[in-house]
Amino acid sequence: MSRSLKKGAFVDSHVLSKAQAMAGSDKKQPIKTWSRRSTIVPDMVGLTFSVYNGKQFLPVYVSENMVGHKLGEFAMTRTFRGHRKTETAGGKK
Amino acid sequence: MARIAGVDLPKNKTVEYGLTAIYGVGLFTANKVCAQLGIDKNKKCDDLTEEEQGKIRHLLEDEYSVEGQLRAEVTLNIKRLLDIGCYRGIRHRKGLPVRGQRSRTNARTRKGPKKTVANKKK
Repeated sequence: MSRSLKKGAFVDSHVLSKAQAMAGSDKKQPIKTWSRRSTIVPDMVGLTFSVYNGKQFLPVYVSENMVGHKLGEFAMTRTFRGHRKTETAGGKK
Repeated sequence: MARIAGVDLPKNKTVEYGLTAIYGVGLFTANKVCAQLGIDKNKKCDDLTEEEQGKIRHLLEDEYSVEGQLRAEVTLNIKRLLDIGCYRGIRHRKGLPVRGQRSRTNARTRKGPKKTVANKKK
């Protein structure tokens, strides 16, 4: 079920305040964050976030289309290195 | 034969079910359309008058997106997901289930026919 509109989009307050401060200033540094659960709101468009994926901080440049998604959706937590050699060598035809 | 939204309605089915031959119209919409236009939904598609056909055509065109338009809409939505590089887009790109289903087994609809991998004998 989707979230009640009355409450608005969920954004961790520390992320929001940092994003607004960064949007106001000229310097564009990536905002380091662990808050993968935060929704991307229109204020964040044009900023870069460094989103933690459990291991590293991955740079996520926020574009207009991303509004409404969560930060975590753009920093993958899993790495898929392919199956055994036999398949990768001659598997896909 | 009644031709609506570029689809030929099946002759000997009732309007209610015949309309579902159109992409984007299911039973719910078919019923709604019939009720709104005051057409007997148990009538055969072949018995629709020109006037009734015209009415249905207009209603579907104006208030619903069906067939080509709807298909374009869906592809566009998927393309957006692909372009922004979010998790759902990546699942689309890889041809794997998008909504969190398991993919260790099953998921054959998305993955297609089984590709057996010869496993080494031990």
